[in-house]
Amino acid sequence: MDSTFIIEKSVVIVSVFAITMIFAMYSTWAERKVAAFLQDRVGPNRAGWGGLLQPLADGLKLFSKEEFFPNTPNKFLFIIGPGIAMSTALMTSAVIPWGDKLHLFGKDILLQATDIDVALLYIFGVISVGVYGIMIGGWASNNKFSLMGAVRAASQMVSYEVAMGLSMIALLMMTGTLSLKEISAQQSGMNWNVFYQPVSFLIFLICAFAETNRTPFDLAECESELIGGYHTEYSSMKMGFYLFAEYANMFISSAILSILFFGGYNYPGMEWMVENAGVNTANVIGMLALFTKICGFIFFYMWVRWTIPRFRYDQLMHLGWRILIPLAIINIMVTGVCILAFK
Amino acid sequence: MSTLLIIFYFLSAITIATAFLTIISKNPIHSAIYLVICFFSVAGHYLLFNAQFLAIVHIIVYSGAIMVLFLFTIMLMNLNKEGEPHKKWATKLAAVISFGLICFVMLAVFIKAMPVIAAYKQTGQDFQSIKVLGKVLLNEYMVPFEFASVLLLVAMIGTVLLSKKEKSVQ
Amino acid sequence: MSTTIQNISLSGRKKEVSHKEMSFLESLYLVAIVKGLWITIRHFFRKKVTIHYPEQVRQMSPVYRGQHMLKRDEQGRENCTACGLCALSCPAEAITMKAAERKADEKHLYREEKYAEIYEINMLRCIFCGLCEEACPKDAIYLTTSKVLVPSNYEREDFIFGKDKLVMPLEMAMKNAQLKNAN
Repeated sequence: MDSTFIIEKSVVIVSVFAITMIFAMYSTWAERKVAAFLQDRVGPNRAGWGGLLQPLADGLKLFSKEEFFPNTPNKFLFIIGPGIAMSTALMTSAVIPWGDKLHLFGKDILLQATDIDVALLYIFGVISVGVYGIMIGGWASNNKFSLMGAVRAASQMVSYEVAMGLSMIALLMMTGTLSLKEISAQQSGMNWNVFYQPVSFLIFLICAFAETNRTPFDLAECESELIGGYHTEYSSMKMGFYLFAEYANMFISSAILSILFFGGYNYPGMEWMVENAGVNTANVIGMLALFTKICGFIFFYMWVRWTIPRFRYDQLMHLGWRILIPLAIINIMVTGVCILAFK
Repeated sequence: MSTLLIIFYFLSAITIATAFLTIISKNPIHSAIYLVICFFSVAGHYLLFNAQFLAIVHIIVYSGAIMVLFLFTIMLMNLNKEGEPHKKWATKLAAVISFGLICFVMLAVFIKAMPVIAAYKQTGQDFQSIKVLGKVLLNEYMVPFEFASVLLLVAMIGTVLLSKKEKSVQ
Repeated sequence: MSTTIQNISLSGRKKEVSHKEMSFLESLYLVAIVKGLWITIRHFFRKKVTIHYPEQVRQMSPVYRGQHMLKRDEQGRENCTACGLCALSCPAEAITMKAAERKADEKHLYREEKYAEIYEINMLRCIFCGLCEEACPKDAIYLTTSKVLVPSNYEREDFIFGKDKLVMPLEMAMKNAQLKNAN
C-alpha cells in the first residue's frame, strides 16, 4: 500500500461522501419545489435565488432546536438509533461506480471507492441492516406510536427484501456477475438491462419505494395514524438525521436503479467520444450522464409521492407476498428458459 | 504484531464480550442487540479469512433477517424484568453440568486438532471469488446443496400450513 | 325510472356508482397509476396561482367593504345625527347608539343639532354587508377599503368599537378639505 493509493482512495471516498450529502440536502429542497409545482404553487423562494439556500436554513434551524429527551430508560439506544440509520444510508455508496475511470497524473483513477466481487450482496446486506436504526430508535422512544411505526417499518422492509432479492436473481442470471462495475460495463451502447428485464425492473422499483419508506409505502410514518411513526419523539438534529437518512437512501437507490437497469455511466456514443475526445472528457460526460439518470429517478420518486395515495397495511403485505414474490419467481423461470433457448 | 493480528484480537474481544453480555443482560432487547453486534464481529472474522461472500451472506441472513425478526417479536411481547420466573435449583444444576460437559468435549476436540496450514496446498486459485464458489457448490457438492434447498422448501411449506387458518367447523 | 327526488340530478353531474368486477388489466392498477402521473405532470407545467405577497398585492374588488368609519365634513364636524336608521337596517343588530343634543359651544364639533353621544358597533356581530352605509341619510357611516377588517384582540369587550375607533381622524378630514379646495 503506497501513499499515492491511499491519497487517491481518500479523495474518491471524501468526494463520494460529499456528493451523497449534497444530493440528500438538495433533495429536501427539490422535494418541496416539486411538491409545490405539482400543486400549482411556487414553493420555497425566499432563502437565496429560487430558495436554493433553503436546505442550509433548514439545517441551521434543526441544529439550533432544543434537544428533547422522552422519559426513556434507554437513552443510549435512543441516541444511537438515528446514527445507525444515517451510517447505513451512507455506507452503500462505497461500491457504486460513479464513472469508468479518469487518466490523471499518469495513472488510471477508478471512480469508485472499492470494486468488490460481491458488491450487490453488500448492498443487500447494508439495506437489511438499515432497519435496525428505525427499530432501535422506535423502541427506545418509549412511545406506543413510535413502536408501531418501528414494527411496521421492520416488517415492511423484511417482506420487500425477499421480492427485491428474487427480482435481482433474474438479472444476475443474465449478467453473470455481482460486481456493479462489470454490470455497468456490460450495458455499453444502449444495451440497457431494462429492455431485457422489464418485469424485474418493475419489481425492483416497487421494492425500492418500499425499502426507502417513501409514499405510497410510507406506513411507518403515516401522520394520520401514527403522528410521526418512529421519529415521533425525536427533535433537533436527531430528527434531522432520520429525515436526512431517508433522502440519502433515496439517492442511493436511484443510483442503484440507474446502474442496474439504465446503463450506469454509459450513454449513446460513448465509444466514439473515447476515441475522439479522450478518455477524460468521455468519462466526465459519463459521470454527468449517471447523475442525470439519478436526478431523473429522484424526480420520479417525488412525482409518485405527490400522485399516489398511501396503501393500507394489508394491501401492502398482499402486494409484497402474494403478487411480487410469485411474479419474481415466474420471471426467474422465464429468464432461465430464455437463456437456455437463445444460448 | 501485524495489523491483521491486532484486528483479530480486537474482533475476538468484541465477539466474546458481546456473547457473554447476551447471556448476562437482563433486558431481552439488550441481549438481542448484543447478539447482533456479536454476529457482526463474526462477519468481521470471515472477512479476515478473505471470505467476502460468507461474511456478507452471514450479515444478510443472521443480522439482517433472523435478528430483525427476533427483535420484532421481543418488542411486541413486552417482556418485563420481573416477568421471568425463577428456575428450580435442580434445573440450574443440570444446565451447569451439561454446559460443562459440552465444554469438556469441545476442549478435547480442539486440543487434538492441529492447524493444517502446513498441509495447505497453494493452487493459486482465488477461493473468495463467487464464481469459483458457485462452480464448486453446483458441481462437487451438488447433492448436499440440493438437499439443503429441499429442506428449506419443506420448512417453508410447513410454515404456510401452520399459519393457515383452520376451516371453521359448522 | 320514476322521477322521485332521489333520481333527479340537481348539479347535472350525477354519476351512478358501479360495482362491476375489474378486468385483469384494471386490477393491475398500472394504467390507473400512469393516468394519475399524467395528470400531476400536467399540473407541473401549469401557471402558478401564488401571489408573492409583499411584492405583489391582490387586486381589491371595487365593491370591497372593510372597516367602518364615521365621517366628518370639510370643516371637521361629525356628520352623524343619531337618527338610528343604520341600527334599524343592520341585519346582525351590531349597531347601537345614544343620541344627545348639541350645546351652543359644540357647533364646530357636530354638524346637526342632534349627535351621537355613544356610537358602538359590535365587530363580532357585524357581517360587513354595507346596509348601514346605504341606509344613512347623512352620508355619515361608510365602509373603508382597509385590508384589516378587525384587528385581533384578547377580550371580547375590545371588539365593541366605540367612537374613539370609528370616527374619522381630524387630520384626515383636514386633508380631505384641502384636496377638495384644490380641485
